[in-house]
Amino acid sequence: MKKRNYYLTTISLIFLVIFLYFAHNYMDAYIVRILNLCAIYTILGLSMNLINGFTGLFSLGHAGFMAIGAYVTAILTLSVNSKIQNFFLEPIAAPLANVEWPFFPALLLAGVLSAIAGFLIGAPALRLKGDYLAIATLGFAEIIRVIFTNTQNITNGALGLKGIPAYTNLWWSFGIAAFTVLFMALLINSSYGRALKAIREDEIAAESMGINLFKHKVMSFTIGAFFAGIGGGLMANLLGTIDPAMFKFTLTFNILLIIVLGGMGSITGTVISAFIVTISQEALRFLDQPMDLGLFVIPGISGMRMVVFSVLLMIVVLFYRHGLMGTNEFSWDKFLNAISLKKPLSKGGKYNGNA
Amino acid sequence: MINMTWEMFLQHLANGISLGSLYALIAIGYTMVYGILRLINFAHGDIFMMATYFAFFGVFFGLPWYIAFPITIILTILLGMGVEIAAYRSLRDAPKISIMISAIGASFLIENLAIVIFGGRPKAFPTEELFTKVVYIGNISVQRLTFIIPIVTIILLVMLLYLINKTKTGMAMRAVSKDHETAKLMGVNIDRTISTTFGIGSALAAIGGIMWGLKFPQIQPLMGVMPGLKCFIAAVIGGIGNITGAVIGGFFLGVSEIMLVAIFQGLTGYRDAFAFIILILVLLFKPTGIMGEKISEKV
Repeated sequence: MKKRNYYLTTISLIFLVIFLYFAHNYMDAYIVRILNLCAIYTILGLSMNLINGFTGLFSLGHAGFMAIGAYVTAILTLSVNSKIQNFFLEPIAAPLANVEWPFFPALLLAGVLSAIAGFLIGAPALRLKGDYLAIATLGFAEIIRVIFTNTQNITNGALGLKGIPAYTNLWWSFGIAAFTVLFMALLINSSYGRALKAIREDEIAAESMGINLFKHKVMSFTIGAFFAGIGGGLMANLLGTIDPAMFKFTLTFNILLIIVLGGMGSITGTVISAFIVTISQEALRFLDQPMDLGLFVIPGISGMRMVVFSVLLMIVVLFYRHGLMGTNEFSWDKFLNAISLKKPLSKGGKYNGNA
Repeated sequence: MINMTWEMFLQHLANGISLGSLYALIAIGYTMVYGILRLINFAHGDIFMMATYFAFFGVFFGLPWYIAFPITIILTILLGMGVEIAAYRSLRDAPKISIMISAIGASFLIENLAIVIFGGRPKAFPTEELFTKVVYIGNISVQRLTFIIPIVTIILLVMLLYLINKTKTGMAMRAVSKDHETAKLMGVNIDRTISTTFGIGSALAAIGGIMWGLKFPQIQPLMGVMPGLKCFIAAVIGGIGNITGAVIGGFFLGVSEIMLVAIFQGLTGYRDAFAFIILILVLLFKPTGIMGEKISEKV
């Protein structure tokens, strides 16, 4: 059984790599871009799910961490020339003017700085109960945005940064997404992961079993912030332009929708719903644009798409609280059982089902 | 560095107090709901925003203000109670995180519906000569509104304290906030009491919204977000769950925000970040706020 599952995993990974190779070389830029976004949202969703789903904290600061990550990689990877073009109102601060880093170290530094910010905001807020964390992290994301809008000589203020080199491709985004999935799976199944889940189920019980609440919460929060920073960095180098207005609460809301829809506390669920949400974001774009039905034209109403998504979030929370996967994970055994026509025999060899 | 005459100082102080009163009115709604449900009603800021639109359309369709404003208050109360029934009631026994997600969903839904229905472009709130007339005291010129707002706030606060401490409804609210189960056993109708709480909070948000519109006559669908967050912070500063505390917190936040910008003009761009820095300081050094009492957690 073990061996079969191992082969199946290897085969599907090979298929994924072949698909990515095909997509990278032959598919049109729009589809590649959406696939990239799917992978980036997977990373972001997993990082938020670690904090909100597995540890049971309620953090709303993801847009802030992403902003840090995005700006760090953008500033570090922008070429010296485009820096001069970007910063025409006020020249960029001297130490940054001549830096031009390769992508990977820039991405890593983005994650680290974002993790440090996560630690600094988490340490005071995590000593208190959940709701304060929600509002403090929300506030933190706003502060980051306000700071980035005002530091003209570092972030170019409200004008944003343009011409960020498009380093992010399918290999980077899917590679890092796969690494994130692996990392989260290992973390969740380690003793740390069990401690996090214990905190989620009952803080007081966990504490009386000797789990250091503060340490584990801060750890979960910092790791979450690290991956959010990486996700932000990938996004900056995918989109090519960033400005502070991108990192409003809507962005956090999208990630929250992903983890709620997928199931708070399921890695598989997050991956599936990251793809669903990202693709439907694009597919539902028509709602915001005028529609020509031949006989008459329905004028496009901007904002309609977000109405659909907020209704979706409400429906999931109110009626299907466990989302797609609940806290379950994918496994080959379950999957094969589900798709096989032959129903497994129940205890005592009784045949059930009529296939 | 500090270059301010006495008159200017008084002018800023008056502005700060009237902004603080508006914060206080909205903060009361947060603190009451938090006291009774232990929940940040994220939609409260958006209920406030809807109130300004109700008032805008009331006056827009030609109603005189003394009819339009009461209708606004009633509609806002209905909206607040509707949000409670739709988004919170069925989740009463759900895990806390689900309720908070539902609150965020409700808030987002109201904002985006407002964008779809009213359009994203700002609208000019009708100004009412009676309230906005500028009066001069010595060298200070202030709108009448600057005096009206704090007075209205104080009157409402006194009425609310009377309602909570002296009436049966108030007693039911206090009972529910202490312990849902016991209150139910004592014959308190929990759902109705929670509805009433949302209704009162929304009414105050509506009054705050109308006066906000008169003072800052430009309204748009996302105008509730920032004041909403700041007012929650005001409630935390005052001690969450405590109504007098919320009012003190509101005044404190309003005055210090205006004064900060007036004294250090270079910091104008950072004005919105200021409240959050205060929040983090309060959480670090006095998490129970000015008037709050420590709540120990039950096992």
